[in-house]
Amino acid sequence: MQPSSSRSTYWQGFRDGLPFLFVITPFGLLFGVVGTEAGLNIFETLTFSVVVIAGAAQFTALQLMSEQAPTLIVLASALAVNLRMAMYSASLTPHIGAAPLWQRAMIAYFTVDQSYACSIVAYEENPGWNLRQKVGYFMGTVTPICPMWYVSTLIGAMIGAAIPPELALDFAIPITFIAIIAPGLRTRAHQAAALAAVILSLLFSFMPYNLGVLVAGLGAMITGAQVELWMERRKEAA
Amino acid sequence: MEAIDRTTLWTVIILLGLGSFGLRFVFTGLIGDRALPPWLLRHLRYTAVAILPALVTPLVIWPAGTGGQFDAPRVIAALVTLSVGYFTKNVLAAIISGAASLYGFLYLLG
Repeated sequence: MQPSSSRSTYWQGFRDGLPFLFVITPFGLLFGVVGTEAGLNIFETLTFSVVVIAGAAQFTALQLMSEQAPTLIVLASALAVNLRMAMYSASLTPHIGAAPLWQRAMIAYFTVDQSYACSIVAYEENPGWNLRQKVGYFMGTVTPICPMWYVSTLIGAMIGAAIPPELALDFAIPITFIAIIAPGLRTRAHQAAALAAVILSLLFSFMPYNLGVLVAGLGAMITGAQVELWMERRKEAA
Repeated sequence: MEAIDRTTLWTVIILLGLGSFGLRFVFTGLIGDRALPPWLLRHLRYTAVAILPALVTPLVIWPAGTGGQFDAPRVIAALVTLSVGYFTKNVLAAIISGAASLYGFLYLLG
């Protein structure tokens, strides 16, 4: 196959990003609605989505702020949720690390679950792509996804005030998070980490300032890493 | 629910934005092609499945909407969401099933 131009990889990325609109739009709407419920105005909710551009971390921060947790705990927990972005960044580096600084900065801002997942698969399937084609593909995946995140947040914030309390929206965040985690429980190590998190978070719920979340999360990460090591050793021994 | 303090809100939006950008930029922008230690990657792999359940579990057992009282419809909805998400691998299907189960049981048991 002839190597395609950066324009054609851009459109290929655009097409690969399109299906994620079905995930991004409801999440954005939900964040807008929950933000309004928590007392944020439309401008604050939209700014939140534009500046942070990470759904799970935004929901985490919002939940902890509504529980009046101290700012430091809110930041530490939400950033912990976003630690996976550092992993994405590490794994994109061999592919786009040679791009100019402004392009790398732009790619960093737009590194979200969906743009990363599409790009890393495409890069592995097309080892012949040059730097421009790779950057073009990445920006293509981002084009439908990220603007829709802002727009759906805005719409959610505008309709949010009209939703009555009987709708039990306090439970929107737990359901969303469980739905995000569940498909990720694919190995024994992931399952062990999640189970450890459940047990430890209940055991440490007595701790002030929601510190229990961080302690349980850290304990669960160690559990996952240890189970992974143990599984590897068992595989080698077999 | 008490209102969120405005200073806290803006501090969180700005610092969380900078921090998230930092996490995304740390390798692509600053470190370049140097490899990460395997022990660190091994722990980073489990951040999402560790932090999110730790945050959610107390909210399921002692929900904010009932003032912390154990509530069967909420626990059932959480279990339905988990099962549908695990078996279908479909986030949206899990959310819709969880919400349907929550409203169904709130209506039946409430």
